[in-house]
Amino acid sequence: MMPERRDFLLKTIKSLGLATAGGLAWSGFIEEGRSAPLMLRPPGAVQEKQFLASCVKCGMCVEACPYDALNLAQPGDGSPVGTPYFIPRTNPCRMCNDIPCVPVCPTGSLDKALVSDKDKGGELILNINLARMGLAVIDRETCIAYSGIQCDACYRACPLIDKAVTVEYTRNVRTGKHAIMAPIVHSNACTGCGLCENACVTKKAAIFVLPREIAMGESSERYMKGWDERDQERMRDVTDKVTTETPRSEKKAVDYLNEDVF
Amino acid sequence: MRKYKYLTFRRITQAAVLFLFFAGNFFGWTVLRGNLSSARVLDALPLSDPFALLQSYSAGALIAKDALTGALIIFLFYALLGGRIFCGWVCPVNMITDAACKLRKYFHLDAAWKSWDIGRSVRYWAAGLSIVLSIILGVAAFEWISPIGMLHRGIIYGFGFGWAFVLVVFLFDLFAVKNGFCGHVCPLGGFYSLIGRYGFLRIGYDRDRCTLCMKCVDICPEKQVLHMVGKQSGAVLSGECINCGRCIEVCDDNAVNFSSIYSNKYSHKK
Repeated sequence: MMPERRDFLLKTIKSLGLATAGGLAWSGFIEEGRSAPLMLRPPGAVQEKQFLASCVKCGMCVEACPYDALNLAQPGDGSPVGTPYFIPRTNPCRMCNDIPCVPVCPTGSLDKALVSDKDKGGELILNINLARMGLAVIDRETCIAYSGIQCDACYRACPLIDKAVTVEYTRNVRTGKHAIMAPIVHSNACTGCGLCENACVTKKAAIFVLPREIAMGESSERYMKGWDERDQERMRDVTDKVTTETPRSEKKAVDYLNEDVF
Repeated sequence: MRKYKYLTFRRITQAAVLFLFFAGNFFGWTVLRGNLSSARVLDALPLSDPFALLQSYSAGALIAKDALTGALIIFLFYALLGGRIFCGWVCPVNMITDAACKLRKYFHLDAAWKSWDIGRSVRYWAAGLSIVLSIILGVAAFEWISPIGMLHRGIIYGFGFGWAFVLVVFLFDLFAVKNGFCGHVCPLGGFYSLIGRYGFLRIGYDRDRCTLCMKCVDICPEKQVLHMVGKQSGAVLSGECINCGRCIEVCDDNAVNFSSIYSNKYSHKK
């Protein structure tokens, strides 16, 4: 082999090797920072994976927020650096009707279509009630209303009162003569603004907002509420190829039930 | 003062851009909102970092019209103007790297702390790697760790732990490699070197006036672009030149000047 060619090859291999080493360390750092799934995004944010790809961290939504509720994540916040988020307990989303944080987004990471109704002409009309920033969940053990103490702070604070948060009356079995007036959150209306979390009177909020992917389960195709037409709707596109084969099905019940007994 | 004409201008433009962004967030001025990743001038004209958008696109993002328009404007601006005008006149990290270089020079540290020779092409590898990692990981890879982003976001919205990234650049430039980050490593600089290659604004060198004092080469943060000094007249053709104009200021013989790439005066004489 010609010495120049050998030299060139060796140089290229060296550069490739160093680039691989650098690239691996770099990816490790990114993967580490990405594992922060508890971020609450501004209204109209696209799905988190898509959001991380498209947000350029310009901060224009942060500047647009009239209540300074939005922050840009800083290194050390333990979250993807430079992306916008809010903390409801200290500064919740006030659900402005004109949603100033959304139209300013240059990349479409905050998508106007996700927080708009369409009028007859196909024109988008902003509607903040369509926002799905998260879902409020209640810790029944610390919520004082569930213990029979009268409190409706979250219910009163909710901008979608009687839709996103309702109060359920039950009998207080402990005293035998009082009512329990317990707040209940409805996922079909809750926007995740966090005004309830902000209003909660307990030391650490007993009602708090989580990203919807974390707060909610997902129904399987095996069970359907036969009495609920909307739930039947869910089955419309299910193929008949659904099987009940699981790793368990490989053996007969008699065999796996008797396994490890003797 | 003539000796620092361009340097003064550069510091003014660098500071002014940062201040206008800061005022956009702090006082609500509308002259310049956002930051160096994406911005809006007078609430009308969108501007975006084309390299950041290229990474986003590689990561699989669908990008809205505003950001694309903004990136195109910035791309055309620097491609037509030529060289790494962004690095020399806008990017705040230039002040960090210059400060480290100045310290090295002031205390005559070049001999004692010999600069590691890591090569000027690391930046192209880093730029390529930014794109590859963006494709694999689904996020804009360089934007995730960029000290440039840490610095301008830090100044506009608050630093957090981001100052550490900036300090790393300073220490790296001071102790390891002279002009290390901006002159060797930065993928954004690599990107602008590639697109600024064919622009018209160039440094022109006149061999007939040159007295071979080599002050221009000595002050230049990208010495390889001045390879013609002492040999033949010509314009700096490399896109790696940051068009900072320091070579023009230090020349006592008026042998170096801004020129157009089309000017005959500096065309290479064979």
